[in-house]
Amino acid sequence: MKGAEAIIECLKKEGVEKIFGYPGGAVINIYDALYSEEDIDHILSRHEQGAVHAADGYARVTGKTGVCIATSGPGATNLVTGMANAHMDSVPILAITGQVSTPMIGNDAFQEADITGITLPITKHNKLLRSASELPQSFKEGFHIANTGRPGPVLLDIPKDVQNEVADFEYPEKIDMKGYNPTYSGHPLQIKKACKAILEAERPIICAGGGVISSNASEELRELSELSMAPVTTTLMGKGAFDERHPLSLGMLGMHGRESANYALTESDLLIGVGIRFDDRVTGRLEGFAPDAKVIHIDIDPAEISKNVDVHIPIVGDAKKCLQKLNQKLSKAKLKKDDTNWHKKIKKWKKESKLDYNKEGEKIKPQLVVEKINDLSPDDTIISTEVGQCQMWAAQFFEFKKPRTLITSGGLGTMGYGLPAAIGAQVGKPNKKVWNIAGDGSIQMTIQEIGTAAKYNLPINVAILNNNYLGMVRQWQELFFDERYSETSLKDNPDFEKIAEGFGAKGMVIEDKGNVEEAIKIANSSDKPYVIDFRVDNKENVYPMVPAGGSLTEIISRRDAEGV
Amino acid sequence: MPIKKENNLGLHILGLLVENKPGVLNRVASLFRRRGFNIESISVGVTENPEISRMTITLKGNEQTLEQVIKQLNKQIEIIKVSEMDREYVERTLALIKVNATDSKSRSEVMQIADIFRANIVDVGKKAMTLEVTGDRDKINAITDILKDHGIKELAKTGSVAMSRGQKSIRGE
Repeated sequence: MKGAEAIIECLKKEGVEKIFGYPGGAVINIYDALYSEEDIDHILSRHEQGAVHAADGYARVTGKTGVCIATSGPGATNLVTGMANAHMDSVPILAITGQVSTPMIGNDAFQEADITGITLPITKHNKLLRSASELPQSFKEGFHIANTGRPGPVLLDIPKDVQNEVADFEYPEKIDMKGYNPTYSGHPLQIKKACKAILEAERPIICAGGGVISSNASEELRELSELSMAPVTTTLMGKGAFDERHPLSLGMLGMHGRESANYALTESDLLIGVGIRFDDRVTGRLEGFAPDAKVIHIDIDPAEISKNVDVHIPIVGDAKKCLQKLNQKLSKAKLKKDDTNWHKKIKKWKKESKLDYNKEGEKIKPQLVVEKINDLSPDDTIISTEVGQCQMWAAQFFEFKKPRTLITSGGLGTMGYGLPAAIGAQVGKPNKKVWNIAGDGSIQMTIQEIGTAAKYNLPINVAILNNNYLGMVRQWQELFFDERYSETSLKDNPDFEKIAEGFGAKGMVIEDKGNVEEAIKIANSSDKPYVIDFRVDNKENVYPMVPAGGSLTEIISRRDAEGV
Repeated sequence: MPIKKENNLGLHILGLLVENKPGVLNRVASLFRRRGFNIESISVGVTENPEISRMTITLKGNEQTLEQVIKQLNKQIEIIKVSEMDREYVERTLALIKVNATDSKSRSEVMQIADIFRANIVDVGKKAMTLEVTGDRDKINAITDILKDHGIKELAKTGSVAMSRGQKSIRGE
């Protein structure tokens, strides 16, 4: 069997049904092998970055490994942002790149790039293959590495002559890697200690991150919360891990989190971190982060323990497995009550600091658009976002109820992620409604992918919260740079409606508050991709906000900022 | 909750078992580079198992950051084992030192020094002699210091190799 055919065979052995990619000279053999392939659907993006983000969105909604293909050189380097993005957010991706033929490697051949060198720090693993006989083993290991332990992107760089080389094909049953053996079950002694600490705590709080979602541990998280009566706050990546309608839900914490969540965390005496890496956007100034709390940290990656926040009871293991054991122990103990002073205090905070926005005036408020999408779309709607103000408004004003429903670039903060990720999400979940909540800046970074959505009739909806600004930077310039709006005005934005139509999608401009609902309803019932250009109030800022480097309690609420 | 404090700079020796494959050294070096560590010495050689190489890395740096690098090293697929030599261990460096020796007096002085440090004279020329000396860091530093008076023309040092004392191996067996 030829190498290229072996690659397709490997994908089939791994149960891959959808792949995202873009052909080129160094992968032409793989595309040739794909030509008559019926079991695998290929989605052609308009730019390799679109393919890798789509694979990422696909992986996040399905839990399966997303697969993408790019040619050598520029094709491969166009994957870099997407790989870094997946690496930061621990998303399982297997990227296949073509490489120049082995005798030419290192000679600056046409379309040659040292992609294994370039992606070394932004992949969980990568490998340059040198013979077709390495293919089955490398793919078996690649998929295993990508989607076990702490998930992450893997890149296999396959030279053109390897794709042409004939070798025996036998897909290995087992894998044996000396240097890779993740720990899944938490240490029983540590779990016992954690149980004791929970039973002793008076002001416990659970902080759930993206790890809860990757390990499908939402149910176990709810159980832990109800057994311990500990309120749950989530990070941006953890949104959806805990139903935000649950009485014990505090919503998101951090820089643009809820005041109640930040206050509760700061006053807690026990912090149970699950599948979280304590990013600076979450913790604020470390000295002020949960100063009185004992910290239990459950994470599958030992390198995350005590990286930013000192941990008293570390539990290295899979969130689901660890929580199951912890819950088992807790369920034997006396149930905690939900009417303590702690719960009263939290209720008071929640009541006093509800998320809101100024609803007055003629202009459409961006928050209103998100609220209406929330109200008018099904409970399991998938929300992807771009990065900036639109991302924060989506996180604040959409109520996340189920895991794998928020698809957002958390760690890397990649503008241009949302649209291709929405495409991948729709491919992965064809029966669900998918909305990309975008800004007028971000959307233009990968706007060509509207063409992909149109080509494959993917009925995604894009809500552009168009304020003619790079809004988040503008907000910082307003607050911290004396309103010197350097290069953040986007007054010359294109006609997004025409762009959508030009690509074969549907487009709409909404300028009146009164038309927002109707527009969302139309888009929700459309079987074509819809781009809605909502002309929103360009003065609107994201509140609450913890200034960079501040403690979580130095949070500026909208009431403080706008004097209301 | 206590917050981490910066530690004093100290010297650390790491022993690594890695897969004997291209690119592994790059992965190791990259993790140190990203966090601003300057590697003082590094030595790599194949072990009793030809598929596995052993690296010895000596470096200075903040302990907390080093702890993070060690955890990150452990995460690398091709790195099998990382162990910091922080208890009893044997450490050796080999140095070749070419030193000026232009007359019989200086030659005999150099030979005496070599004798004291149990160094071997591996080459003698009309105006220079070359010594081979093996030992820990202190010993190599001491002999180079003394030979400085004669004028060192050239100095080549291997990286340290280190191994813990006692019966326990790096694999923990």
